Amino acid sequence: MSETRGWKSWVTTTDHKRIGQLYFYTALAFFLLGGLEALLIRIQLAKPENSFVTAETYDQLFTMHGTTMVFLALMPLSAAFFNYIVPLQIGARDVAFPRLNAFSYWVFLLGGLLLNSSWLVGPLFHAGMLNVAPDGGWFGYANLTERQFSPGVNIDFWVLSLQILGISSLAAGFNFIVTILNLRAPGMKMMRLPVFSWMTLVTSFIIITAFPVITVGLVFLLFDRFFGTHFYLPSAGGDPVLWQHLFWLFGHPEVYILILPAMGIVSEVLPTFARKPLFGYPVVVYSGVLIGFMGWGVWSHHMFAVGLGPVADSVFGATTMLIAIPTGVKIFNWIATLWGGQIRGATALYFAVGFIAMFIIGGLSGVSHAVPPADLQQTDTYYVVAHIHYVLFGGTVLGLFAGIYYWWPKMTGRLLSEPLGKLHFWLTFVGMNLAFFPMHLIGLLGMPRRIYTYSPDLGVAKLNLLSTVGAMIIGASVLVFAYNLWRTRRHGAVAGNDPWQGATLEWATTSPPPVYNFTAIPKVETRLPLWRTEHHAAMAALPATPPEPVHVPGGSWWPLVTACGLPVLALAPLTHTLWLAFVGVAILLAGIYRWAFEPFEA
Amino acid sequence: MLFPDDARTLDAVPLYRSRRWLILSALTVLGCGGPFPQSTLAPMSGYARDIDGLFGTVFKFMLIVFVVVEVLLLFTIFRHRQRPGAAEPRHTHGHTVLEIAWTIAPALILVFVAVPTIQTIFRTQAPAPAGALNVRVVAHQWWWEYRYPDLGVVTANELHVPVGRTVDLELTSADVIHSFWAPRLFGKRDVIPGHTNHIIFAADSTGDYLGQCVEFCGVSHANMRLRVLVDSDSGFAAWAKAQAATPAAPAKNSVEQRGQEAFRRYACIGCHTVAGVSAGTIGPDLTHVASRTTIAGGMLPTAAAMLQKWIENPQAVKPGALMPRMGVTPDDLTALVAYLQSLK
Repeated sequence: MSETRGWKSWVTTTDHKRIGQLYFYTALAFFLLGGLEALLIRIQLAKPENSFVTAETYDQLFTMHGTTMVFLALMPLSAAFFNYIVPLQIGARDVAFPRLNAFSYWVFLLGGLLLNSSWLVGPLFHAGMLNVAPDGGWFGYANLTERQFSPGVNIDFWVLSLQILGISSLAAGFNFIVTILNLRAPGMKMMRLPVFSWMTLVTSFIIITAFPVITVGLVFLLFDRFFGTHFYLPSAGGDPVLWQHLFWLFGHPEVYILILPAMGIVSEVLPTFARKPLFGYPVVVYSGVLIGFMGWGVWSHHMFAVGLGPVADSVFGATTMLIAIPTGVKIFNWIATLWGGQIRGATALYFAVGFIAMFIIGGLSGVSHAVPPADLQQTDTYYVVAHIHYVLFGGTVLGLFAGIYYWWPKMTGRLLSEPLGKLHFWLTFVGMNLAFFPMHLIGLLGMPRRIYTYSPDLGVAKLNLLSTVGAMIIGASVLVFAYNLWRTRRHGAVAGNDPWQGATLEWATTSPPPVYNFTAIPKVETRLPLWRTEHHAAMAALPATPPEPVHVPGGSWWPLVTACGLPVLALAPLTHTLWLAFVGVAILLAGIYRWAFEPFEA
Repeated sequence: MLFPDDARTLDAVPLYRSRRWLILSALTVLGCGGPFPQSTLAPMSGYARDIDGLFGTVFKFMLIVFVVVEVLLLFTIFRHRQRPGAAEPRHTHGHTVLEIAWTIAPALILVFVAVPTIQTIFRTQAPAPAGALNVRVVAHQWWWEYRYPDLGVVTANELHVPVGRTVDLELTSADVIHSFWAPRLFGKRDVIPGHTNHIIFAADSTGDYLGQCVEFCGVSHANMRLRVLVDSDSGFAAWAKAQAATPAAPAKNSVEQRGQEAFRRYACIGCHTVAGVSAGTIGPDLTHVASRTTIAGGMLPTAAAMLQKWIENPQAVKPGALMPRMGVTPDDLTALVAYLQSLK
């Protein structure tokens, strides 16, 4: 029988709900770290020719801010909800591969720790602290990231950590595809699947197809740096533009990996709080699928300044504009969902509506750089920084906050404080607009991004100061949020099974759910099983205790052991120590062997 | 202000576009009245105006869509907010005609954006006409080298071009990827090792235009500035003639001559070219360094004190700069600076 209390119960757990919580808290910690990096960046830029940090430190800060937020905060926060909510929404007892799920988490944690250890381990590499963190940008453009121009271990940390994190994402992607396709409760046809689970499915497909592309790109870079190949070296017939194609062929689908889960959350929150079904459910689902496909045909819009020629610029400009159509369709369907409803102004709804309002701005500025000539004035300036933050903060982060306020009672059994939630929302809303809106103007007035200092002659000092003030307000909002979470350990109204009168299966079970999720697997007859509709009564309540015994798989050490092999393997090239490679491989193989032959009943 | 001339050229821009009014008045309200020497909204060439006009078209559509959708959203949440005692809302699941309408409406807008976009792409990327002035731009970490093959001129960081004449910039890089940008004259174009890119533009009027590198290219990316000086036809011809000439040797026993000796002795000649003296190619050509208004990739004005500051400790001005601290003695430094200042 698996442990239920103590640290061992957490490190050996294969319960999707515990793994979801591990993802949540770990990603939240990295979110705070990435946010701290952002604040340091904003302090440096608060005035022209500032000397708060050095150029070298600044480059590490913006590289780590981007890498951390994308790979260690936003993706894993989405993964926390995939883990916790999807099996509940589809009426399953767990994910398809619970131990693989644990493995994904441990690999993510160790990859994140390896990446961030670079802040501290400078002295081991004959450099100071805060000196060997990655400094080539989250996009790591070759040939700047080649050994010749970046001789330190900074880029090595980046390449190796991203490879490790990619393994975590791939394992999770496969797991959720199999889970959603195979473990749905009886009667839950694909077109009865809740939209959040649908978007998880689409996101998982994008993950398993996009991550191999960056894996290949990173292997080439690794080989160039360590083994003297010349994939990106023009002096030897290679081409640095190849890296850009590979990176953005991954990087643009990655944007949809970040935004589709948030769109899924909003599609759950709006109907619940408007007390109306999602307007145009099939259209919202298909437009999500379409965005997933179309995300593959637009990567070169990140490269309009590269000089790919007028034909390529025209084609990629046009495909990028096309993505605005399914996105717009989603927005209209969300508004139509609210129309005619009885909208209850809970914090989750505030954040979901905030998502729509802010995502519109990000989407529209996106159209303006789908226009290649206009993009030649915008790309690599603060205009694009404004755009991505309206999409990834105004979009993804607000969407994730909506999800947290919505599902926190399910995860903990207690409601978050509404007054604190409203305060959190308004601080976030005001802060983000103060921080990011002026960046549109800063960019149009000619300030490039990724510069640690700027001339007072540009005339953008006051706008930058305004942006810094906004960033500080966002920082304050996050503190309010963190306190609100902390508070529910002891305080906060008890949630009951279904505090919001939701329509989907996660609200049919207790909060938090038992380890086996449902006392009996529900039978699904409509898209909104918990709601009474014209043709169907609401689903009958589940029995209070399982009518027949439920088998719960035991915990396992082997996912953690196997995961430990990867950072050990990565240490070999980092420290140029061959025997570590053998140790890493031995741990991996031993872990996989024991995992494979672990008895069914632990 | 380092470059007081910028205000003059900016005042000459007509404020006729509504969008520019909107943005600039917003900035005035915020107390940021400018001038904005790197503004993309104050174009001074046909190319930059083409882009600006296209952005104006897109911006109008963006503004309309923004207002319509945000108002609709706010109106909806206000009108349909929960009221005590109200009945449960009617369950509507969708509406085919509406779905088709809000698919087609954005598609139509995008057609109005896409057509001028593609026209502008092909117009602005057309090959340069015969008779264009060819300039080879070579990017280095962290400065720009300009070669005028037809004029026999080599210079750095400050690009001189004649007003009204089409200029064909041929862009290559000596090390990593950079991006060449002077927003009021042209959209940026990446400068990539192993590739040759082009920027083709003709400036409207004389003046100084600021720009800088816009592709992250290492630790001093922020310090890779540039200026485009648009001269009158006669001014440009005179400039080119002076630049092509070999500077006169310093007078015997003068301080400049001692400076020239120091230039040789401290191995400056290994990296820098001064016509008739040295042929180094790693750093900027210094044949007429004193004719330029700035040094160090546009970071410092060309003045004795600034030249001293730069030679004493290049990394203090430009972190990561390849030029080493040569440990020049104070006497030699004075002479060296005097020599450099004589290279007009």
